[in-house]
Amino acid sequence: MGAVILMPALSPTMTEGKLARWLKKEGDAVKSGDVIAEIETDKATMEVEAVDEGTITNILVPEGTEGVQVNSPIAELDGGAGGAAQTMHGIIDKNPRENEKMIAESGTKQRVEVSAPATPRAPEVQPERDWGPTQAITVREALRDAMAAEMRRDKDVFLIGEEVAQYQGAYKISQGLLDEFGPRRVMDMPITEHGFTGMAVGAAFTGLKPIVEFMTFNFSMQAIDQIINSAAKTLYMSGGQLGCQIVFRGPNGAASRVAAQHSQCYASWYAHCPGLKVVAPWSAADAKGLLRAAIRDPNPVIVLENEIMYGHTFDCPTDPDFILPIGRAKVERPGTDVTIVAFSIMVGMAMQAAEKLAEQGISAEVINLRSLRPLDTATIANSVRKTNRLVTLEEGWPYAGIGAEVAMQIMETCFDHLDAPPVRVHGLDIPMPYAANLEKLALPRLEQVVEAAKSVTYK
Amino acid sequence: MAQAAETSPKRRGKAKEPPISRADLLKAYRDMLLIRRFEEKAGQLYGMGLIGGFCHLYIGQEAVVVGMQMCLKPGDQVITSYRDHGHMLATGMEARGVMAELTGRIGGYSKGKGGSMHMFSREKGFYGGHGIVGAQVSLGAGLAFANWYRENDNVAVTYFGEGASNQGQVFESLNLAALFKLPCIFVIENNKYGMGTSVERASASRDLSQNGAAWGIPGEQVNGMDVIAVREAGERAVAHCRAGKGPYLLEMKTYRYRGHSMSDPAKYRTREEVQKMRETSDCIETARKMLLEQLAVTEAELKVIDDEVKAIVQDSADFAQESPEPPESELWTDVLVEAK
Ligand SMILES: Cc1ncc(C[n+]2csc(CCOP(=O)(O)OP(=O)(O)O)c2C)c(N)n1
Ligand SMILES: [Mg+2]
Repeated sequence: MGAVILMPALSPTMTEGKLARWLKKEGDAVKSGDVIAEIETDKATMEVEAVDEGTITNILVPEGTEGVQVNSPIAELDGGAGGAAQTMHGIIDKNPRENEKMIAESGTKQRVEVSAPATPRAPEVQPERDWGPTQAITVREALRDAMAAEMRRDKDVFLIGEEVAQYQGAYKISQGLLDEFGPRRVMDMPITEHGFTGMAVGAAFTGLKPIVEFMTFNFSMQAIDQIINSAAKTLYMSGGQLGCQIVFRGPNGAASRVAAQHSQCYASWYAHCPGLKVVAPWSAADAKGLLRAAIRDPNPVIVLENEIMYGHTFDCPTDPDFILPIGRAKVERPGTDVTIVAFSIMVGMAMQAAEKLAEQGISAEVINLRSLRPLDTATIANSVRKTNRLVTLEEGWPYAGIGAEVAMQIMETCFDHLDAPPVRVHGLDIPMPYAANLEKLALPRLEQVVEAAKSVTYK
Repeated sequence: MAQAAETSPKRRGKAKEPPISRADLLKAYRDMLLIRRFEEKAGQLYGMGLIGGFCHLYIGQEAVVVGMQMCLKPGDQVITSYRDHGHMLATGMEARGVMAELTGRIGGYSKGKGGSMHMFSREKGFYGGHGIVGAQVSLGAGLAFANWYRENDNVAVTYFGEGASNQGQVFESLNLAALFKLPCIFVIENNKYGMGTSVERASASRDLSQNGAAWGIPGEQVNGMDVIAVREAGERAVAHCRAGKGPYLLEMKTYRYRGHSMSDPAKYRTREEVQKMRETSDCIETARKMLLEQLAVTEAELKVIDDEVKAIVQDSADFAQESPEPPESELWTDVLVEAK
C-alpha cells in the first residue's frame, strides 16, 4: 500500500518551511522512527521522522527548496497514493486539498464578537433583606461562627492553615473549632503555602470543601499559582467537569507598622481573574453572611478580611439561617449629592466622611461593595444616576485598581449621568513604609475623602 | 526491597514460570500498543495542522502508566502533567474523546476548551492534565488527602517528570504526605530530560527515589521500560499505601523517543542515543518477545491485537476531524458553576 509524505507542521506557528536536507534517497527503505529529512522552521532546524514503513519511490521536493507549504506532498512511499489513499498522515479517504482548505479556513477565521459582559456584573438592584433581631458581636466572632455553622451543616467542610488548630488561629479566628470538630477537620499546616494550597485544591477536585486560611494574604503569593492556575481555571479547561468548591480567607491589606511585605491589598489581583469570586466584608454581618455564602458557593471564593476590623463590634442578625448573597453591594447610608464607593475597612472611613460632609451640607451616599467579583455595578449605577457624582475609596494602589474598574464601569453604564469626572482616593503608589508618620501618609485619610467629595460636587 | 530481589532473577533467567500471566501481559501489550499508535497518530495530525499548540507525546514511556494502572482499583485516582495522553488511555478514557480534544472539537473530553494538556474524567479517576510543572504534585497529595479524610483505602497516583522533581512544592508535598500519612504514590517519570536539560544538569541528586528519604518515604528505582518491573514495584507501593502506612515514591527510569513537544530540535542528545534505547529497551518489543517466546502466544494472536488497536486509533482520528468545533456559546460556559 502506498503513501504520500506531506510537509509536516513542526511548531504551533509554522505555515511553511525550508526542506533543508534529505537524509534518504529514492529507493531507500525506511521504518518508523527513521529520520528522513531536515526541515528549517520559523524556529529551528528539525528532523522529520518516518511514521510508516516502506520504500521511498519518489522525492517530490528537492532539498534546498524554500517556502514549502505545510501539508503539501514532499515524497512518495511505495508508489504513492495511487492505489490506496493512505498518506503518511494516515488519513484515509480524505482529499489532502480538503484538509488544506479546512486548515486555511480555521486559520484565517476572524475572531467573532460574542456578546457577553466584559466584566462580571450582578443582576438588577434588590432591596436588602431584613433578617430580624440582631446582637452585637465582633467581626472575629462572626467569622468563627460562620465557619462553625457551615462545618456543622456539611461534614465535607474543613479548615486548614498555619496555627489554625492548636493555637486557635494566629488572629484567633478559629477559636474553639478544633475542640468542636477534631483534628481531621481543623488542621495545622506546616509553613508551606504552595504545597498545602495545592493539596486543598486537589481535595476540592474530589468534592471536599476546604477552607484555606492564609495567615495573611501576603503569603498567598506563595500559592497564587495554585489559586489561579488550578482552582480558578480547571472548571473551564475541563469543559465543566471538574469544579472546585474552596474558600481562601485571611486578613488582607495594611495592618499597622509592619512595612511593605506585610501590608498590601490583594483586591485587584484576585478580582482580575475569571473563575474566582472575591468578597471583602466590612461589618460583622458582612463577615458572617459572606463567609457562609463563600463556603456554600460551588466555586473558588477569596474572602479578603481585615486584621484591624477583627476586634470591631457590629450588630449582626441572630437568625441561624442568616446569609448574604455574593455579588450584591449594600447602600450603608443613603444620600443625594455624591456616591462614595468603598469596601472592607474603608467603608468605615467613607461613613465618617459622610458624617463630616453632612455637617457641611453635602449628602453623601455610601456604598459598601461587599463583593468585588462579581461587582454590583447596578447598585453603584443606580446611585450615580441619583447623585451624578462618584468617589471611590480603597487602601490599595491606584494603578489598575478597584477604583479604576468601578469608575470605568460607571462610564460604560451611565456616563451621561456624571456631572463631574470620578475621583479615586487610594493608597499611595509605593511600597508601604514602616515609619509611623510615613505610613499614615501612604494610606487614604479622612480629609482626602471629604475633599474628593467636595471637589466632585464643586463645593 | 527484598521482594524485588526475589522476583527479578526469575524474569531474567530462562524461568520456567514467567513472572506474569499470559492474560495480564497480553493486556499490557495491548494497552501499551494503543498508546504508541495513538501518539503516532497524534503526531501525524499535528503535522497536518489539525492539532495546535503544545503536544507532548508519551512514546517510549508506555510501560510506566500501563504497569502502574494494573495495580489500581476503582476509586483510585491518577493525576499527571501535560504529557498526559498515555495516562488517559491507560485509565480507560476513550481514544475518541482524547483525540477530539487534541483537535479542539466539541467531542473532546473538555469540549475543546482544554486541549492536549487539560483533560479530565471523574468517572475514570483521572484528574488531569496540568500545565504548570510540579503543580500536579500538590494536587495529587490533595487527592490522597481526600482518601485519608474520607477514610477509604483508595490511593492517588501522582506522576511527574524528573525535571519537576526539583520544584519547591514537590518537596512541600512529600512532607505533607508523610506528615499526614496520605495514601499517595509519587511516581517520578525520569526520562532523563526536562526539555533540553538532562537530569544531571538539573538535579544534584543521583538517586531521585531517595528524594523522600528525609521524611522517611520509602523509595525504589524501577526499570520503567519493563512493564513487569513497573507492575511489581507498583504492587508494593499500592499495598503500602492501602495499609495506611503513608506515601511511597517510585523513580521510573524511562525514556522519551520523541521531542519534548512537537517543536523540539533535539540537539541535546544524539540520534544514536535514541536509536539505542529503541532497539535495546523498547517496552513493547520486550513484551512482544516474552509473549511469543515464553507465553506461547502466536503471531496471529498479536496481529489481531494490532488490528484492533489500529482500528481504534483510526476511528479516533476520524472522529476528531468530524466532530465540530465548539459553538461560540461555549466561550462563556464553565467559567463559574451557577449556584443551585
Ligand atoms: C512552572 C513551570 N516552569 C516552566 C515550564 C515550561 N516547561 C514545560 S515542560 C518543562 C520540562 C519539564 O520536564 P520534566 O518534568 O522532566 O517532564 P517531561 O517533559 O520530561 O515529561 C518545562 C521547563 C512550565 N510549564 N511550568
Ligand atoms: Mg523529563
